[in-house]
Amino acid sequence: MDEQVVPAQGLTRRGFLHATGGLGLTAVLAACGANGGSSGGKGSGKGPIRALFMKQAGYSEDDIAKMTAEFQKANPDIKVTTDFVAYEALHDKIVAAAPAHTYDVVLIDVIWPAEFGLRHIVADVSSRWPASWKSEMLPGAIATTEYKNVFYGVPWILDTKYLFFNDDHLTRAGVDPAQLDTWDGVITAAKAIKKSGVTQYPLVWSWQQAEALICDYAQLLGAFGGSFVDSSGKPAFHNGGGVQALEFMRQSIVDGLTNPGSTQSLEEDVRKIFSSGQASAALNWTYMYGLADDPKQSQVAGHVKVLQTPAGPAGRPGVNGSMGLAVSAQSQNQDAAWKYVSYLTSQPVQNKFALSSLPVWKTSYDDPAVVKTNPAVVPQAKKQLADMILRPQVKNYNAISQVLQAELQNGLLGKKSPQQALNDAADQAGSLLNS
Amino acid sequence: MTVQQPTRRGAAARTAPGRGRRVSAGEARFALALLIPAAVVVFGVVLYPVVRTLVVSFFDVDSPLPGSYPFVGFRNYARVFHDPRFYPVLGHTLYFTLVSTALELVLGVVMALILNAPLRLRWFWRSVAVMPWALPTIVNGALWRLMDNGQYGVLNAVTTSLGLGAHQWLGSPFLALNMVIVADVWKNTSIVAFFLLAGLQTIPSDLYEAARVDGAGAVRAFFRITVPMLVPSIAVVLILRTIEAFKVFDIIYVMTGGGPASGTQTVAFYTYLQAFSNQLFGYGAALSYLVVLAILALALGYLRILRQGALAGVQ
Repeated sequence: MDEQVVPAQGLTRRGFLHATGGLGLTAVLAACGANGGSSGGKGSGKGPIRALFMKQAGYSEDDIAKMTAEFQKANPDIKVTTDFVAYEALHDKIVAAAPAHTYDVVLIDVIWPAEFGLRHIVADVSSRWPASWKSEMLPGAIATTEYKNVFYGVPWILDTKYLFFNDDHLTRAGVDPAQLDTWDGVITAAKAIKKSGVTQYPLVWSWQQAEALICDYAQLLGAFGGSFVDSSGKPAFHNGGGVQALEFMRQSIVDGLTNPGSTQSLEEDVRKIFSSGQASAALNWTYMYGLADDPKQSQVAGHVKVLQTPAGPAGRPGVNGSMGLAVSAQSQNQDAAWKYVSYLTSQPVQNKFALSSLPVWKTSYDDPAVVKTNPAVVPQAKKQLADMILRPQVKNYNAISQVLQAELQNGLLGKKSPQQALNDAADQAGSLLNS
Repeated sequence: MTVQQPTRRGAAARTAPGRGRRVSAGEARFALALLIPAAVVVFGVVLYPVVRTLVVSFFDVDSPLPGSYPFVGFRNYARVFHDPRFYPVLGHTLYFTLVSTALELVLGVVMALILNAPLRLRWFWRSVAVMPWALPTIVNGALWRLMDNGQYGVLNAVTTSLGLGAHQWLGSPFLALNMVIVADVWKNTSIVAFFLLAGLQTIPSDLYEAARVDGAGAVRAFFRITVPMLVPSIAVVLILRTIEAFKVFDIIYVMTGGGPASGTQTVAFYTYLQAFSNQLFGYGAALSYLVVLAILALALGYLRILRQGALAGVQ
């Protein structure tokens, strides 16, 4: 140690400072300059590509590994690497990886095409879209990757929230499943279940301060006839149906019908609580059926039933929770990326994995093979997928969503009245919508 | 790494007489060559981002991609102070920093005294005590998130069996912030204790003997000998822990995600949200520079106190 200290101080100081100072100056100059980024390229249609997916809901890691293996067999000159992150980390990972051109294909949520498209993070693929897709895909699916008549990807996971219930709980509490057709009926049923002592908290939701909360809220907002923004683009969730939806949510907590853990739960928590038999009914995405009905992962297998989302006074729109596959604008190998995207979104592949996620293609829903793969959800999906509610399609959606999440939680936790919470959210969101 | 600081300082002091010794040119060149890789790394991963962030904070950068963005001067900084969401976030950060550092210090002193006592199997207790600190923060956060879970958490099992009933530990904003503090204190008390243990071991035992001869009891010896002699170690620990606590991010990300009702959002977490989730990189850069300035002010304040202590002959 002593030997190292002495020479460093001998030469030293000045020479060392000169040398390192030069390096430092270079770093500073580099930092100040505008470093020219290269934009993407079509590439040769061969070579390595890297794709980013999410871990939960929709197709499982296993499904995607199988699809990719099949694709590799058919396209030996393209080498695909796949990465998976939690949904909660997906957006930020795409953003952080964009300047480094890490990914060629990224999975994007229905709320991101405006943001990613306008910021040139994902490529405009309108010219690659065959005209026939527009008539062959369900309208709710097409809206997933489209922003202002430009396509920023291909719809892949077509999803909305269904009502899952445990028929054993209902039977034991003497509740008729037909009651679950309306939100009023759900509350009546939940009261009866609670009274009978079958479960302490019959309902569980994904109301953690996260996008999951907005999805549940969107579905209720639609049922109560509210809307996120009015025709002039100003916030409208603090009027009418938007407030009633939050009042409904809060009341279900006050009445002890909703599991108080809901405000800290994501979709996976909902699945686990439902699968352990601690909840009688819950909203969740398609994927919950396969897992909750699997005896290896669930204590309620065989008792899981699926319904359309219950109706409110204004109908029963399901939240559009679809996702699409996009080609990175920075990708140097966009042709190969597109081949992979087209393969994963193709009808035969989607039909095969319909248990995890339903196809975006209209005719799939009448295909007996698809119905057989997921006999519980397909009939409900056929009715539900025609009636969907979109969250606002705006460039700074995330900032608005964060404001709304926090205020919804203030309302849910009783820190503010529902009206006050939503007024406060509308105040803050208003200025964000204008910027 | 930082634990070795006192030793290194000792080494430097020992070699101080060699300061004026000239070294041969060849030796110097060799030393320089050895230093270059480290210098490249330091300037590449420290200086470049530091300057780049400063530059970005003066522009309205709203995308991660390079491009030309409008110059806005200090408007990003001004915006911080007009942001209604910033003040609650600052409040959470100050509360977290103050409470967690204070708790860690008090518990750390107690733990250090215990570990310094002539116990049987002392090596064993010391290894056990360092365990929480050896856990990655992410693991610690996930652990406490599970334990605090209102549905199946072990904490509720304990409180229920004690007749205290079940609670949603992470369910209300203020309680959740305190639970995050508990998790942070659980992990970091051990590193504080080890700093202080090192300090304790430098106190010569004859001081205590002399005190005993003069008729001082254990309590008096603690306040008149142990505490003053520990001041330099306490100062170092305080600086490190305050800085760490002020920029807390990972444990919040894992345990609460900033919720419920934004009650656990700290400045660092909010900065991350603005920069990466909202792609307001200019605003995020300005926020992070303000964090740096705040930490710098804290560190300078502490160093001043430490120097005054040294001048008073404590060291």
